[in-house]
Amino acid sequence: MIGKVLGRIYIGLVLVLLYAPIMVLILLSFNNSRSRVVWNGFTLNWYRSLFENDAIMNAFGTTIGLAAASALIASIIGLFAAIGMYAMRKKDYKTFMFFTDIPLLNADIVTGIALMLWMVRFMPLGFSSVLLSHITFNIPYVILSILPKLETTDIRQFEAARDLGAGNLYAFVKVVLPDLMPGILAGFFLSATMSMDDFVITYFTKGPGVNTLSTLIYGEIRKGIKPEMYALSSILFLMVLIILIIANHSAKENNGYEK
Amino acid sequence: MNRKKIQILSIPYLIWIIGFTLIPLVFVVSKALVTPDDRLTADNLTAIFDSVHRKALITSLEVAFISSLICILISYPAALIIRSFRIKNRKAMIFVMILPMWMNFILRILAIQMLLSKNGIINHLLSILGLGQIEIINTTFAIILGTVYDYLPYMLLPVLNCVLAIPDDIVEASKDLGANRYTVLTRILLPLSLSGIGSGITMVFVPSMTEFVIANILGGGKILLLGNIIEQEFSVTMNWNLGSGLSVALMIFVLVSTLLFGRDSGADRGYVI
Repeated sequence: MIGKVLGRIYIGLVLVLLYAPIMVLILLSFNNSRSRVVWNGFTLNWYRSLFENDAIMNAFGTTIGLAAASALIASIIGLFAAIGMYAMRKKDYKTFMFFTDIPLLNADIVTGIALMLWMVRFMPLGFSSVLLSHITFNIPYVILSILPKLETTDIRQFEAARDLGAGNLYAFVKVVLPDLMPGILAGFFLSATMSMDDFVITYFTKGPGVNTLSTLIYGEIRKGIKPEMYALSSILFLMVLIILIIANHSAKENNGYEK
Repeated sequence: MNRKKIQILSIPYLIWIIGFTLIPLVFVVSKALVTPDDRLTADNLTAIFDSVHRKALITSLEVAFISSLICILISYPAALIIRSFRIKNRKAMIFVMILPMWMNFILRILAIQMLLSKNGIINHLLSILGLGQIEIINTTFAIILGTVYDYLPYMLLPVLNCVLAIPDDIVEASKDLGANRYTVLTRILLPLSLSGIGSGITMVFVPSMTEFVIANILGGGKILLLGNIIEQEFSVTMNWNLGSGLSVALMIFVLVSTLLFGRDSGADRGYVI
């Protein structure tokens, strides 16, 4: 019994560690002062002025656009790649796996610098260079999400569909794709999350004038963060919380992918 | 359908690998091997052993090593405790533990700065209680604290996935055969959790060794990690060749440390979602 209570206390402490900074940020979004330390009464002003702050709104749009576009393109390329890799002999498969691991294992700063050094040769740094970079580090997440699903897919079902007269594409879309869907979705959302969370690679590959929320915040550190940023982050956090609760709720029976 | 035809589907990815993984790496290496006026040199690579850079390298290794260790020490007991929960509660716990990752990470580090700083929230509370002050901001310890906080979910997740996947039968069987709790832990649970801990280490060690934002904010610009030095070569001193050289040296260190830990590709990585 004592062990059980101690266990709960321990988990409680870990949660305090994880959530204390987040509570601070949410409190600051309601603080009627630009000061970061003094509490000066409750206000919703920052939530109101947030929508008039062009810099933050632009960065928000860029962040969401980047996340959606890079996750979508990475999902398509990654899906095809995973299926192709699944059909490869061990040696080729291993070579592909090695290159898939590089963006995952390499330090972000090296990936960012390498991409920047290469891309300045043929294009101006801006939104597109950041998008290409995000796709690059997202494809591996998609592949690693889809491959395990492919391994549990029964190829005989596909062959049965073919024998029964379905074309290749039709059999794939109707038989294989539904099995892969959880992996594809996991890869897509993982990619979108990684893209939204990225700072270092964006920082090196972006051009002047383009900002994501992360790079905007980084640029403001010295001047002081605008309280509207706390408001936006609190809204985003709440939205993710709600989306995840709904997703977990609807996927209750579908164990494995919502982990 | 024959295998050759299916393999064709990987071609777009192959092109992507060549265009955006391989060629950029070739570029950074070739930049690292020349001086700004294009003469061949190894100085940019060996520069990592200059006194300033060596100091940063050692601090980086120290931060990465201690942070990974603390992450393991926090995550493993937590995983064992969560294992004793009912299935429904386990899922809720995993959810609660990864949720903080969706708050922007620079903001979270800034929040830690507000908590730890000299006139910060913790010192404020301590002075109300009449206790002493803590002075850890702008120290290596503060950087380690921030790093642990930032990367803890990356350790928790693979460790949890691995520990929760250990079948109860095995634990029961060992108990039936007379193993006490200590033996169950050291002979059954720990060996079966190693792959999860290994994945966790690769996900925490490399990023924490090469980070520069956390060190900037919590180290007050006084403590330089390798990431800070490389970043400065690109944004302040504008010596891209030296910056590339240090990056390549860093990459070699990362590769060696990854090989030392060994790792199975993605097996226990676990999904963040």
